[in-house]
Amino acid sequence: MDREQVRRWESQCIQEQAPACASACPMHVDARKLAECARKGDFKAGFSVLAAAVPVPLIVAYVCDHPCQRQCRRADAGDPIRIHELEKACAEFGGASPTLRVQNKRNREILVCGSELSGVSAAILLAQKGYNVTLHEPGPALLGSLRGLGDGFLPQMAIGTDMAALEALEIEVCYDRELPHDEEAILALRHEYDALFFEAGAWPFTFTGDPATLATRHPGVFAGNAWQELSPVYAVYEGSVAAISIDRYLQGASLTANRENRGAYPSRLYMNTQDQIPLAAVESADPEQGYTREEAQQEAARCFPCQCLECVKVCEYLKEYKSYPKRYVREIYNNECIVMGVRKANRMINSCALCGLCTTVCPENLSMAEVILAARRGMVETGKMPPSAHDLALRDMAFSTSDAFTLARHQPGHASSAVAFLPGCQLSSSSPEHVESVYKHLRETTQGGVGLILACCGAPAQWAGNEAKFAEARAELTASWEQLGRPKLITACSSCIRTLHDHLPQIPVESLWKHIDLALIAPPTAPKRLAVHDPCSTREMREVEDGARALLRELGVEIEELNERGLTTCCGFGGLQQFANPELADRTAQRRAATSNTDYVTYCAMCRDRFSLRGKRAVHILDLIFPADDGADPAARLDPGFSRRQEGRARLKRRLLRDLWGETEAEMDELFELEIAEEVRALLEKRMILVEDVRQAVEHAEKTGEKLEQPGTGHWLAMWRPSCVTYWVEYSGGAGSFTVHNAYSHRMQVK
Amino acid sequence: MAEEAELMCGKCKQPLVKAQVVASYLGAEFPIELLRCPGCGVVHVPESLATGKMFQVEQALEDK
Repeated sequence: MDREQVRRWESQCIQEQAPACASACPMHVDARKLAECARKGDFKAGFSVLAAAVPVPLIVAYVCDHPCQRQCRRADAGDPIRIHELEKACAEFGGASPTLRVQNKRNREILVCGSELSGVSAAILLAQKGYNVTLHEPGPALLGSLRGLGDGFLPQMAIGTDMAALEALEIEVCYDRELPHDEEAILALRHEYDALFFEAGAWPFTFTGDPATLATRHPGVFAGNAWQELSPVYAVYEGSVAAISIDRYLQGASLTANRENRGAYPSRLYMNTQDQIPLAAVESADPEQGYTREEAQQEAARCFPCQCLECVKVCEYLKEYKSYPKRYVREIYNNECIVMGVRKANRMINSCALCGLCTTVCPENLSMAEVILAARRGMVETGKMPPSAHDLALRDMAFSTSDAFTLARHQPGHASSAVAFLPGCQLSSSSPEHVESVYKHLRETTQGGVGLILACCGAPAQWAGNEAKFAEARAELTASWEQLGRPKLITACSSCIRTLHDHLPQIPVESLWKHIDLALIAPPTAPKRLAVHDPCSTREMREVEDGARALLRELGVEIEELNERGLTTCCGFGGLQQFANPELADRTAQRRAATSNTDYVTYCAMCRDRFSLRGKRAVHILDLIFPADDGADPAARLDPGFSRRQEGRARLKRRLLRDLWGETEAEMDELFELEIAEEVRALLEKRMILVEDVRQAVEHAEKTGEKLEQPGTGHWLAMWRPSCVTYWVEYSGGAGSFTVHNAYSHRMQVK
Repeated sequence: MAEEAELMCGKCKQPLVKAQVVASYLGAEFPIELLRCPGCGVVHVPESLATGKMFQVEQALEDK
């Protein structure tokens, strides 16, 4: 993975950005955290939040003009949080002298002239950095402008407590001392001090300080601007700007570097307030006294708190690992960088459904699918992809690209194809009879011949990050298309459309849904109301979704939308989630299945089967157009399972060859009957063992005699290792008929 | 099939006996005592081992 790209991905995730309140505060007081502490009744911790950000926390708690409150997102749903009242409550119930951390003493002298909020703040911050600070107050008292405010506004105790820091930090305070009034004489003080800071309005003349650094045209001389008069918190901020600039000046560092996010700035953090219930602010029973503890707790509980997590809210996968994309991207990158040790994120990487919903809901359009695919490709390229992760899916794809399934033919009696039907692997697996019906229909409604291509588009390999296998599948599909004279393809598979659209743009393709003429078919009345589930692979292909809806309306279905268009979720098959993390895939399907009690209709065979597996009644749109002859309830049709999917594909090819082209392919010689009870089949399914693997194991055992016997039971144990998996099959019987009782497998080789 | 029961090799027609064997995967090797045919050397891996400890070790090795 490219490091720069990783950084770009990380910066796209805004979850760690400061909330609007903190970024509106020039001192970046974390009001969200302060509210959380207050909500819990831990006012001491709440006060610590304030004390961590400002040098005079008690004073600020009382006098702050709270620009945070004006930006509070709670205002979209009720009143903004009364952050200032919460700060006062924290001071009242948890206020204390701040803990002062002092760095090593530096033998440098600094003179701060003026002792209002910015001068005092600068003095405290510089003293904490280890400088010797002298604070000049031309009048008789520090913070003179705050002294007369009265206890109701600012308790004198607060000033006393905060000012105790000056003594603790050994700041020398000089009152009533005359300083020269002319600029030249003032500048001569530079001989006594290494740097000077003049608070705004502290002296009869004004130095002009640069707004970003407060540096004047005289080296080592810094001066405040007019914030003092406008806002107490900006006065404190000005003191902190001066302290940073003086520290940098004395260390010979750049005054301007990396100061972009100092002071207030617009927050990038997105907070969705749409679904929040409006809540009014808690009113204090005694406004003069301010909040009681209980009132403060109630008010703090109105804080959402602001966070994005838009993607995590809609995705079982992103929820599963209890974090958010910025951290996932870092984990994934770190996973790739491990040379020796355990790659803990492998399973996480292989569990994403690649459905793209996160990108759609992300305010910054971060695509986790892009991140995950890059990671999987890297793992495959470097040989670090766990061999078991996608083994069955890739073997199944190998079957779909083998002679057992692939076919490319012109319509019988035609030497060319105006269009060609590409049903896709999963429809051919799940309901091969629909493939036959659709192909018949297309032949009846299309002039110029309808070719047929049975092939795999390679989506499973792409999802697995296996570029070589994906390229092979694309090449084979392209060859079939060229063999038929490059016709436009009509497909029933959403993943095929997506793959062709993204990776084989030279092949024209359309969804089947706009090529069905219901007037000719005259299907029976469909169920009145059905909820439409769009497969995730057509998320950005509105015309495919619209085509399916038009057909449904024509069928007389009253459509229930499961979500806002474009926000469909995965069924758990996408991205091979079902193979790498079956438990998570179950939850993904369950979440979608639980969206509505109405029966679902979908136009992806895999989605339908996944719902069926979860016990959710669901039909494929073709179930409505070409209902089963026996009148069976299509919504109750069971998921066929891995083994029967392959069998379905192989049978479809054989039947089509026989019925349409009059060719009888030599059937695979099945030397014996295998009886497998449904509960044993379910176990095989869970263990991802195909019936074909079982058959070959038994066949191998019977042919070679390599099997184990448990005397007295009549049961045999066959073992077979065709490549990198050993299969064990417990079976009984003989004379061409066997019963399978159990099967398991392992990848370790034992000798 | 009971896992502790006596097993006979179908080919060599003799009972399997406990033996030290080596289980290997992705370059890592582990000595382990399992039932083996003294004749052809076929080794029995019981279901509980294959779906339990052995599976866990395989998963751990795949993440190395």
